[in-house]
Amino acid sequence: MDAPRPIVEVRGIVNRFGSQVVHDGLDMEVRPNEVFGIVGGSGSGKSVLLRTILGLRRPQAGTVRLDGRDISQLSEQELRHVKAGYGVTFQQGALFTSLTVLQNVQLPMIEHLRLPASVRDELAMLKVRLVGLPPEAAQKYPSQLSGGMVKRAALARALALDPRLLFLDEPTSGLDPISAAAFDELLMELQSQLKLTVVMITHDLDTIFRTCNRVGVIVDKKMESDTLDGIVRHQHPWIQAYFHGERARARLGAHGT
Amino acid sequence: MTEHLTTRRTGDALQLDLRGEWRVEGLAAIDSELKRIDLAGVRHLTLRTHQVTVLDLSAAWRLREFLQRLRQLDVQVTFEGGAEPEQLRVIDKSLARSPYRAPEEETAVEPVEALGRHVVRTWREMVEGLDFLGRVLVTFVRALASVRRLRPISVARHVWDTGVTAIPIVSLIAFLISVIIAYMSAQQLAAFGAEIFVVDLVTIGVLRELGVLLTAIIVAGRSGSAFAAEIGAMQLNEEVDALKATGVDPFEVLVVPRVVGLVISLPLLTIIADGIGLAGGALLCRYLLDMPFTQYLERVDDAISPTTFWVGVLKAPVFAMLIAMAGVFRGMQVRDSSRELGRLTTVAVVQSIFLVILADALFAVLFMELDI
Repeated sequence: MDAPRPIVEVRGIVNRFGSQVVHDGLDMEVRPNEVFGIVGGSGSGKSVLLRTILGLRRPQAGTVRLDGRDISQLSEQELRHVKAGYGVTFQQGALFTSLTVLQNVQLPMIEHLRLPASVRDELAMLKVRLVGLPPEAAQKYPSQLSGGMVKRAALARALALDPRLLFLDEPTSGLDPISAAAFDELLMELQSQLKLTVVMITHDLDTIFRTCNRVGVIVDKKMESDTLDGIVRHQHPWIQAYFHGERARARLGAHGT
Repeated sequence: MTEHLTTRRTGDALQLDLRGEWRVEGLAAIDSELKRIDLAGVRHLTLRTHQVTVLDLSAAWRLREFLQRLRQLDVQVTFEGGAEPEQLRVIDKSLARSPYRAPEEETAVEPVEALGRHVVRTWREMVEGLDFLGRVLVTFVRALASVRRLRPISVARHVWDTGVTAIPIVSLIAFLISVIIAYMSAQQLAAFGAEIFVVDLVTIGVLRELGVLLTAIIVAGRSGSAFAAEIGAMQLNEEVDALKATGVDPFEVLVVPRVVGLVISLPLLTIIADGIGLAGGALLCRYLLDMPFTQYLERVDDAISPTTFWVGVLKAPVFAMLIAMAGVFRGMQVRDSSRELGRLTTVAVVQSIFLVILADALFAVLFMELDI
């Protein structure tokens, strides 16, 4: 079977903080139109990996290719273009607290596109409604939103430039199971309709089973990745503990594995 | 022929062929191309989208608006093959899911109303400020009961941060100020042949007023802002709430140690500033007026009364209270956004400098009445 060209390709990443090695030759591959889940213990370097892929952090060794292009080789201008091509949500939402939700969504548009203000307003409003926020929420400031709404607003901002690639850092953390399920459902809907590729860091087993096609687990400073069914059968003790622990068993039963 | 579409007209029917990349980056071009289509007399529109390689949501939104405009003109719109592009359905669906309600009209604020609001707000702030002052004092008095509750380690840290690390800049400024006074007065007094009074001016000026005032202003800029920013950031991070929830009084661990620390360090800084100022005056008199050190010291001795030094130093703890209170109070007021943090830090500095100068003016009147 000929696999399509990966949209995200990470090869031999080494990340060190002083003498502490976080990643030692980590490989990762995300194919178009899939939802790829990144899993790992606390402190295993999930967020560091994400920051490396986004180009916010330069690894000690290894390459990151987005759409086949090595991001360390790009000029400032090209990198700007690449960054306009993906959307990101951060763990805490990272909405700009001094801007309203609508202004938050407009910010990437103002930076990357030349659009008349009225068109920008309409497009931003469309994104706000797309993620299921009530239109009134558009005029609110982040501090006036609930946790679930912050996550949705962050997603709306990530979708501002109609990216084909989305990076989500713990999109459902801090949400109650019902809100988390609603968020997953929204994400799946958008993913299939807009043909998005999603890379998602998550701890939420429910989210993994609901949304992910493939999962990469960071263990021993490297990544083991496989399809969902495959990774569940992986023999590594940490992966076994993760997917077959008390918490996971009920979920696995429902999944029919 | 244009980049994103071609049209073919037959009678009252128009065939619209979309092609290429319909992306948000090209939205301006797409808009103008759609606008240029001649719609006069069109009754039917057939839309062909099979040549479109990318149709993103933003472009689909513009297309949808174009089609809506056509439907309003009673034009029949059909999609070739009967299938509407999925993106258009995504939009319809999300609009249905989140129905639009007209926002409430914002009424313009009348000038009288604005004045009223301002008065009420100012009044509330004053009450809040008094409340804050009261709580600090009560907490302080309670903390006096045991050394542990005075948080000596924390106080020491603030003495270090606000006092010891400020010594170089305070010294430099005290020196420069005495240089300025000496130069300026020497020039003026030379006209009367009374250069000896330069010593009086430098001594009394630095000891009574400028030593403490400039030190307080520098400390307000350094530490007042630091207090406001540090506590403000803790507010944003919900650290202050976490303290409260743990049953720890934020006034005891955050506010009082800062106030006490600054009340200790500002008088000490003032003494250092006084010393450096006098030394600077001596240096200037030696080289500018050729006055030997012994004569300078004699003159200093004549110029000052027993109270001159203390009048300056005694003001320092009061200034320290004002600076620390303004900084911490504004820091505690930070809510919700990083912009508030910046605004209130600015307010803290401006207000503490203002309060220091106001207090200094009151002291001047008071001391004159008391004839000190």
